[in-house]
Amino acid sequence: MGEELKVIVFKLGEEEYGIEVNKVQTIERMMPITRVPKTFSFVKGVINLRGVVIPVIDLRGRFGLPESEFSDQTRIIIVTANELEVGFIVDSANDVIDINSDVIDSPPDVVGGVKAKYLRGVARISEERLLVMLNLSEVLNRSEIIQLESLEG
Amino acid sequence: MDMNQYLSMFIDESNDHLQALNENMLELEQTPDDIGIVQVIFRSAHTLKGMAATMGFEDLSSLTHQMENVLDLVRNEKLKMQDYIFDTLFQGLDALQAMVQDITQGGEGKADVSSIVSSLQAIVRGDFASNEAPAATASTTSQASGGAEINLDQYQYSVLEQSITEGHSVLYISVAIREDSQLKAARAYMVFDLLERYGDIVKSSPSVQDIEQEKFDRSFSLYYITQKEAPELQSMIMNLSEIESTEVMQLDHETLNQISAGVQEAAAAAVAEPVQEANAENNAPSAGAEKASASAKAEPKKAAAHHSAAPSRTIRVDIDRLDVLMNLLSEWLIDRSRLEQLASEVKRSELTETVEHMSRVGSDLQNIVLKLRMVQIDTVFNRFPRMVRDLAKSLDKKIDLIITGAETELDRTVIDEIGDPLVHLLRNAVDHGVEQTAERIAAGKPETGTVNLRAFHSGNHVFIEIEDDGHGIDRSKILAKAISRGIVTESEGAKMKDEEVFMLLFAPGFSTAEVISDISGRGVGLDVVKTKIESLSGVVSVESKLGKGTKFSVQLPLTLSIISAMLIKVGSEKYAIPLSSIVETGLIQRSQIRQVHGYTMIPYRDAHIPLVSLANLFEVPGYDENAEEESEIVVVRKGDRLAAVTVEDFIGQSEIVIKNLGKYLPAIQGIAGATILGDGQVALIIDPNAFIK
Repeated sequence: MGEELKVIVFKLGEEEYGIEVNKVQTIERMMPITRVPKTFSFVKGVINLRGVVIPVIDLRGRFGLPESEFSDQTRIIIVTANELEVGFIVDSANDVIDINSDVIDSPPDVVGGVKAKYLRGVARISEERLLVMLNLSEVLNRSEIIQLESLEG
Repeated sequence: MDMNQYLSMFIDESNDHLQALNENMLELEQTPDDIGIVQVIFRSAHTLKGMAATMGFEDLSSLTHQMENVLDLVRNEKLKMQDYIFDTLFQGLDALQAMVQDITQGGEGKADVSSIVSSLQAIVRGDFASNEAPAATASTTSQASGGAEINLDQYQYSVLEQSITEGHSVLYISVAIREDSQLKAARAYMVFDLLERYGDIVKSSPSVQDIEQEKFDRSFSLYYITQKEAPELQSMIMNLSEIESTEVMQLDHETLNQISAGVQEAAAAAVAEPVQEANAENNAPSAGAEKASASAKAEPKKAAAHHSAAPSRTIRVDIDRLDVLMNLLSEWLIDRSRLEQLASEVKRSELTETVEHMSRVGSDLQNIVLKLRMVQIDTVFNRFPRMVRDLAKSLDKKIDLIITGAETELDRTVIDEIGDPLVHLLRNAVDHGVEQTAERIAAGKPETGTVNLRAFHSGNHVFIEIEDDGHGIDRSKILAKAISRGIVTESEGAKMKDEEVFMLLFAPGFSTAEVISDISGRGVGLDVVKTKIESLSGVVSVESKLGKGTKFSVQLPLTLSIISAMLIKVGSEKYAIPLSSIVETGLIQRSQIRQVHGYTMIPYRDAHIPLVSLANLFEVPGYDENAEEESEIVVVRKGDRLAAVTVEDFIGQSEIVIKNLGKYLPAIQGIAGATILGDGQVALIIDPNAFIK
């Protein structure tokens, strides 16, 4: 029997993703974002979260998914990992569930759209419901992006 | 027991104690006879030893123990402070400091201190190799062994000698009072009273005054001229109550000569004061032994009295927590302004009054939080007296450091950065500013040079001045060197004002030291100081009068986390430009813009300066300035180079709180950080330096 995990569930398009609750600081509604020039295209800018300036990332852009308009459901999930504080813009976030680490399978070799290295694994919650568990330190890893940028530039 | 949780406390307190030890030792150097200070030093050392032992830092505690042994002798007046002892104790302090530093960086606090320990042990044994006048050594050792002899001045010596020649009996008497005596001074008085009935006391040790005030251990000794014989007097003294022992020795020319060895030195110095005091004078440090430095001595004493009278009641707070508090407060201020807005719409008097009261409390809160971040510059200044002392000693100069305004407060962020530049300027004043003693005397100046270190507030700035009364800066020498280094041409130099010439000192690669000493000419010049101070948004300037002295002034903002800025608008975006780098704002016609060598330039005064378009540089969406006929510009400065930045509109001047963009974002060229505006929006702070290559 593996350990019990509390997971925040959010959606990008039709897909459901999970982040462990202890990595999540708060979930905020959409708020004004100040654009920061000359940075990665998926960095939407910075927000004022109770007096602290925090960069926000469009998670769709980060995963190479097509970007979409923000709606009433759009949320900013503030996560803390590797001493970094970052906000993720997601389509919606409205669930907290308990899963057992046993039900997390290692990421399949091919996962549609999202690069496998960003994934910690896929949790099977029910027959129809799959949850993509994020590997936060990879999502927030900058070195790979910087390499990509310099290749393009 | 897990020691880690106590470690930071230990480090903090050790540093406090070491600082206090350093300060008090310096003060003791000025007044070597003040046993009160020795007591304070001893207590500090004792606490430090205890703490180190509890934490298991054996080397630290054993070195402190050795120092304590020396201090204990001094405290009990069995040892007189002198240069050699000061130097050794200071060495010990330096070693302790290094150990604590090591512990701070995660080390074990181990160090090889055997040479210092053996020096300290030698001092305790009394057989240290001192280069002091023999008189001092003699008196020290003799006092350590129980006060067997007293130094005489020339007058007293000749009186005694004459008495022997005339056939009087000259006696050397030492008396020890019983240990359990409750009234030592009274018993001593009885002895004096008895002796005075039968003859004359020429000199006693300790002095009669000290004995009256019970400032002696148990024994005292004196020179006595009488008609009576030694044995008779001895029994008379022993008949007094509570006298443990007495020794009466008849002196002839030879024994008198032996016993008061060292009197010749004093005689040669032709000092009328008792020899012991003369020694005290000799022992006083070169840095500030002069009577002329009365003001300097008064200052620290006042401060010390202040410290001991009212120990400050403080707690240590992690600066990060203060930042959190500040953030919460700015959040609260934003809500407050919304509330004010709502209240004005609702127009209900109770609500309006409550909101008004809340606003007042809010302003007070804001003030207090800002003040919490303020630290007295004292924390930087307090390491300087010791530094100047050591420097003056190694350069063989006499220098008084006079500190004023140490209570001036500056933001923590500035305090942390300002130490190094000040060290540099002070070293410069001591090394290059103040002349050698002989040179000073030749110039008709007091032997002891003075270096003033002042801090004071003025408006939104703090000024720090370092002024010496040395030989000043020679305009022609500096110009000659600047010309030879190709920094200026001869014709340029001739036109320069004195101040401009002095500022050449801060040019990169300029050092006036003819010989590179290990004190200030370490290959890095004043240009480093200037760069550092400018990075703190400060300004440094220099004034000098040849033969009179030099003054360096440093002007610093009160805080680095709050700056004055010009808020500007480009398209829908707002940016802040630090006021410190703005020269002026203005308006240009688009037709004035020229392309020169592929650069966009505009005429400004009688020159052309590069023009940077903020909209283009930051790729501001939805704004095209080329469509306009004229553009608002901000002229910015980096050093002496200028550039113009086009903006759409000026919003106004404002005090802003600087925040960083978070660790995730890479360093972005042209962006220095962010700030939160009154409406809660984030605005980016522009770093104009990046626009000027």
